[in-house]
Amino acid sequence: MNGPSGNDIAIDVKGLTKSFGGREVVHDLSMQVKRGSIYGFLGPNGSGKTTTIRILCGLLTPDSGEGTCLGYDILRDADKIKRQVGYMTQRFSLYQDLSVRENLEFVARLYGLANARGAARDMIKRLGLSGREEQLAGELSGGWKQRLALGACTLPSPKLLLLDEPTAGVDPKARRDFWNEIHALAADGLTVLVSTHYMDEAERCHEIAYIAYGHLLTHGTVEEVIAGSALSTYTVTGENLNELTPALTGKPGVDMVAPFGTSLHVSGRDVAALEASIAPWRDKSGLHWHQSAPSLEDVFIELMSRSKDNFQ
Amino acid sequence: MSAVEHPAQHEIRDRFGFWKRSYAMLIKEFIQLKRDRVSFAMIVMLPVMQLLLFGYAINTTPHNLPSAVLLQEDSDLARSVLKALENTKYFRFLYEVHDVEDFDNLLKSGKVLFGVEIPRGFERAVRRGDKPALLVAADATDPVAASAALGSLGMVVQTALAHDLYIGDPPEMPFEIRAHARYNPAASSSLNIVPGLVGTILTMTMLIFTALSVTREVERGTMEALLSMPIKPVEVMFGKIIPYVLVGFVQAFLIIGIGVVLFGVPILGNLFLLALLSTLFIATNLSIGYTISTVVQNQLQAMQMAMMFFLPSILLSGFMFPFAGMPAWAQYVGECLPLTHYLRIVRAIMLKGATMQNLRFDALALAILMLLAMTIAVTRFRRTLD
Repeated sequence: MNGPSGNDIAIDVKGLTKSFGGREVVHDLSMQVKRGSIYGFLGPNGSGKTTTIRILCGLLTPDSGEGTCLGYDILRDADKIKRQVGYMTQRFSLYQDLSVRENLEFVARLYGLANARGAARDMIKRLGLSGREEQLAGELSGGWKQRLALGACTLPSPKLLLLDEPTAGVDPKARRDFWNEIHALAADGLTVLVSTHYMDEAERCHEIAYIAYGHLLTHGTVEEVIAGSALSTYTVTGENLNELTPALTGKPGVDMVAPFGTSLHVSGRDVAALEASIAPWRDKSGLHWHQSAPSLEDVFIELMSRSKDNFQ
Repeated sequence: MSAVEHPAQHEIRDRFGFWKRSYAMLIKEFIQLKRDRVSFAMIVMLPVMQLLLFGYAINTTPHNLPSAVLLQEDSDLARSVLKALENTKYFRFLYEVHDVEDFDNLLKSGKVLFGVEIPRGFERAVRRGDKPALLVAADATDPVAASAALGSLGMVVQTALAHDLYIGDPPEMPFEIRAHARYNPAASSSLNIVPGLVGTILTMTMLIFTALSVTREVERGTMEALLSMPIKPVEVMFGKIIPYVLVGFVQAFLIIGIGVVLFGVPILGNLFLLALLSTLFIATNLSIGYTISTVVQNQLQAMQMAMMFFLPSILLSGFMFPFAGMPAWAQYVGECLPLTHYLRIVRAIMLKGATMQNLRFDALALAILMLLAMTIAVTRFRRTLD
């Protein structure tokens, strides 16, 4: 079953808007995701990431806006979209009182796989869950649960994966394995839209979008987003950095002061003003200043603090 | 998960999709039910416990029932009869009165359940062979207690007196026992209770099972994933109802089986017809429970709503009170309850040997109620999280 495809765009939506109880959660959101790419969806809690994902897979109806998902109209063809989309919810949503095997067989049957048992067996092997197939899903550790959930999503061979914070609360090793798997799936032609809070994960995406308070603020490759931010960043190391933070915060040109371990990142969009503000401190003994490229995190924190002023 | 392996492609077939998806749901529900040990135990325990409690409360021969005697003659024979009555262990004489009014008041106030009246000139009449009447008055507001004691009265007293009075064998009663069930002369038969219990227990358990089913998915967070998969509301409903039809069938079988074996309730009618119409009744209740679960927000509300449906079912269906004795409005309400129709069906088949021809109206009513509930449920089922 192929969608009415023929183009390279998996998700193409325009002007999506959704309100709950008078509060606009998603505002005029437009985005395009290329087939076979990994698209990172970033933004603070409550920014509308989950709502957008739910609209894309037909779980919510947008108040306005239109678009297609895998070539199908998101308003009219929800049933067709559901067949080809794997949606991994933020909260573990497999049956805790069913075993690993039973959960997978349930999903396989729902999608009408010709050989549900065989498909579940293959997936168990692939997930490395052999020997645990009769364990109840509720008894698995966090990392295994995520793996199982991803396995259940990919079981019916979807064309698009929607992953809503799939690695929240999962240890680094499991997180890395998870991302390796996502890259392997994308290499096979699967399109992946993944929401996350982790910067290292964002950097593993082909493209990213940043959404805050329902507004899509920026999108593109990681390099494009950093370049587009026009942010200048100085990294300070040395002693008594704690005193520096209150001294610089709020000075003209200083948009953000953020500690990173033993260093401090001072960033601003207006280079001249920024340099004027930090000038008194630059030659202070014990402090080492050097200009650096802003990190993705710098960009996002700056975007977030800016959007707060605009939309709250 | 290694990056080298590629996902195995499994073929998707769209034929019989409806049945496959319903089947997937059904298997899932079965497994979950099997895992839920407490619910599973309740399926068996509930009907057995209810039936034994109800059944034995009805059938246990009452002992030491508080009684009074209206003694209008103090003769040896009168004393002897009283002693014999007391020896049966049914009666315990708490009061001895000599005035009719006192006697009536004791019964009226409920201080005693039985009163024995020994008339003036009793001994003389017996000796003359006049067969005088020994009046036993029973407070039959509690028909269960009264009828059992009254029913066995004749034989017991006769045997007891045969020893005391050395009357011949076969013993011939020198006097007549006139039993008088006061307040509730048509004490209903205990046979009515077992068939009624089949319907009541099924209503309660079936309603609750499905009333919780959808809200449980919502509360556990599994609904979101379920809705994102290609399953339709009708398929979810069938998948959730069918396993419990089997559960209900097991319960009905248990109750009727125990009723027949332990309480000697007959099944005069066709067993197949009984099974068929019981299945219809079970499915109707499951549909109503399922409808409840699509309307409420959480499991607590589901329980409360199920109870709200259960209570009138008990009171207005003819289980508690005779249907014909209710006011017209209550009868109209009763006609809308599946239990009303099922009680007629199950009583008629078991006790009167009724056929489908006799029961077609009630069967039709059940079918209509079921389809109505299913239609509401399918339209109410939210396919999105809006």
